Amino acid sequence: MRAPGAEWLGSVDVSRLQVVSGKGGTGKTTVAAALALALAREGRRTLLVEVEGRQGLAQLFGAEALPYEERKIAVAPGGGEVFALAIDAERALLDYLQMFYKLGSAGRALKKLGAIDFATTIAPGLRDVLLTGKACEAVRRKDKAGQYVYDHVVMDAPPTGRITRFLNVNDEVAGLARFGPIHNQAQAVMKVLKSPETAVHLVTLLEEMPVQETADGIAELREAGLPVGRVVVNMVRPHHLDEDTLRTAAEDHRAGVAKALSRAGLGGARRGGLAERLVEPLLAQAAEHAGRVELERAQRSVLAGLDLPTYELPLLGAGMDLAGLYELAKELRKQSVAE
Amino acid sequence: MSEGVETVGLDTPPRLAVDRLLDDRETRIIVCCGAGGVGKTTTAAALGVRAAGRGRKAVVLTIDPARRLAQSMGIDSLDNTPRRVEVAGEDGGELHAMMLDMKRTFDEIVEAHADAERARAILANPFYQSLSAGFAGTQEYMAMEKLGQLRARDDWDLIIVDTPPSRSALDFLDAPKRLGSFLDGKFIRVLMAPAKVGGRAGMKFLNVGMSMMTGTLSKLMGASLLKDVQTFVAAMDTMFGGFRTRADATFRLLQAPGTAFLVVAAPEPDALREAAYFVERLAEERMPLAGLVLNRVHASGADQLSAERALAAAENLEEGGIVDQESGKAGLRDTAAEPPGADDDTTAVDRITAGLLRLHAERMQVIAREQRTRDRFTSLHPEVAVTEVAALPGDVHDLAGLRAIGERLAAGVPAGA
Repeated sequence: MRAPGAEWLGSVDVSRLQVVSGKGGTGKTTVAAALALALAREGRRTLLVEVEGRQGLAQLFGAEALPYEERKIAVAPGGGEVFALAIDAERALLDYLQMFYKLGSAGRALKKLGAIDFATTIAPGLRDVLLTGKACEAVRRKDKAGQYVYDHVVMDAPPTGRITRFLNVNDEVAGLARFGPIHNQAQAVMKVLKSPETAVHLVTLLEEMPVQETADGIAELREAGLPVGRVVVNMVRPHHLDEDTLRTAAEDHRAGVAKALSRAGLGGARRGGLAERLVEPLLAQAAEHAGRVELERAQRSVLAGLDLPTYELPLLGAGMDLAGLYELAKELRKQSVAE
Repeated sequence: MSEGVETVGLDTPPRLAVDRLLDDRETRIIVCCGAGGVGKTTTAAALGVRAAGRGRKAVVLTIDPARRLAQSMGIDSLDNTPRRVEVAGEDGGELHAMMLDMKRTFDEIVEAHADAERARAILANPFYQSLSAGFAGTQEYMAMEKLGQLRARDDWDLIIVDTPPSRSALDFLDAPKRLGSFLDGKFIRVLMAPAKVGGRAGMKFLNVGMSMMTGTLSKLMGASLLKDVQTFVAAMDTMFGGFRTRADATFRLLQAPGTAFLVVAAPEPDALREAAYFVERLAEERMPLAGLVLNRVHASGADQLSAERALAAAENLEEGGIVDQESGKAGLRDTAAEPPGADDDTTAVDRITAGLLRLHAERMQVIAREQRTRDRFTSLHPEVAVTEVAALPGDVHDLAGLRAIGERLAAGVPAGA
């Protein structure tokens, strides 16, 4: 397997399918979108796919609900384009039937019977086969001139707890359907997913549970032979005070802090004055902050032990919006160049 | 933002009285649902601890708990039955907890409802093995199945359920219906067609269509998989009625007055959007919503000081205090690391104070952002009762932590920092 990391955004020789997973709440959709923007540089074209039917991409880009169709959703600085697609299992199946078997009307009959419903919701794994299959089709698609239609495909994938099973479903299905078209299709998809053409990134926060899940997720991915890309540490908060400074403040300088607050125009420093009353809660907040910094440091060392290239994205003070997305994309490019 | 911050809007939502809900003996089932990563499992466990402490005989059904939380409750080994958790409770109060093992649950259903030979055939079927090992949807069916089982045993007077981290948070509601519509559907008869052909003379015409269909299916799936599926369906045939009846019963149980849904969310746009969606779906399904648990809410003990004023004061101190440096706005990020000179104590304290103020400003911005997000939810659903749980600096993985969360759930308002 190609060593991941050395050239991520910087080179042409970069995985063409970038799968972004992460524990719920870590912002994997945001990171996937920022990554798609970052990869769409200098006239390149990326496709951002969503597989969980949540319309998270439309929300993020402030667009209307995405139809089952590849649609330009953003232009990257430098002229690159980002397309987006919300993959729908049922439509993907009908497409597939049409494409390979010309089953136009039979497809409709199957649908009427409930077979399509069965295939996409109940039949074990078929749904995931369809979703991964459609993404791989976009990866391999070429235009008439033989050029890839998309330079990169970025997938906003299921969360860490389910990602290995999701990506590996084709292996299982290939074993279940021992021959026949489903078998072949499953194997073709698996070939893409297990090749260096694919990289699976895990998004985490500097908190215990997400970091633990990330570590577990990486172990599972590796065991399944799926190519692990990077760890993306999201929503990193700035540190305003180090612990030593804080300890000094708490122990020796209560009166001094009250005076300083007063000097800065925040009321009286004497007992009962506003400045004096602010000291206690401000110090309490600072102590919480120090506790968090401590926890974050511990989580950082766990992440360091994973021995994977890491990206850090800042917490955006104003919350997430389109401008923030471009900012994160810029940050991703910067960090990949700096390596 | 002006002084005094957080002016409570006119549409302040009603408070969710968690203790009243737990103390009400009529409450038999509490379902915690919501987006992934909002603290559903922790909330369910904390409610269990609190309910036991208040005299309920409670059982918590968790789906996929974090390892350390599971360990703290002694349910880290998978045996698919509830175990007693030692907590101090009022007389009669007990806590039991379990972690769902979906494969085991499925196997148990098969073993309980099919004769020994048939059960063996089903358990050995490759299609069944994949299905039960947890492809999309199985977890949802099995969670509902387990809930039905626990309720039927009647050993507990309160069942608290955590819901699976589904691709859609509503999958667990849809699962029983979906199973039902599949079992009622024509497709299953098509699948079974080879087994049933012959007995029904009047269906000749239909059978032509069906064999064409199975031909197509065979072409698509490969004959071996189709055969596995058919064998599976045939073997399960007698059990399907039972599945269906139980799925329907569980669904009705969720609509019953003894059930209370708690939608769990964090004050973030995605989580609250999902929560709103959930509230609407529950209403549609006529399922009783008790309220919204808002986890990880920030507060400040110094909220009389606005972010703007704190920042202005911080700048003021930095400019005044670091006169000998080229820029007063260098900020604490860089300067805090430098050892303060022996004779400029005031400068050092100013720097520290400026740092405290910047931290505070950041906190106030977080609070304001959370408030805006919540206001959006409240304006959509002003009728939904809310309880807030203050953000904790770290994760919870012991009973003391769960008890603390329980207290916050019951208090409903985050304590000031």
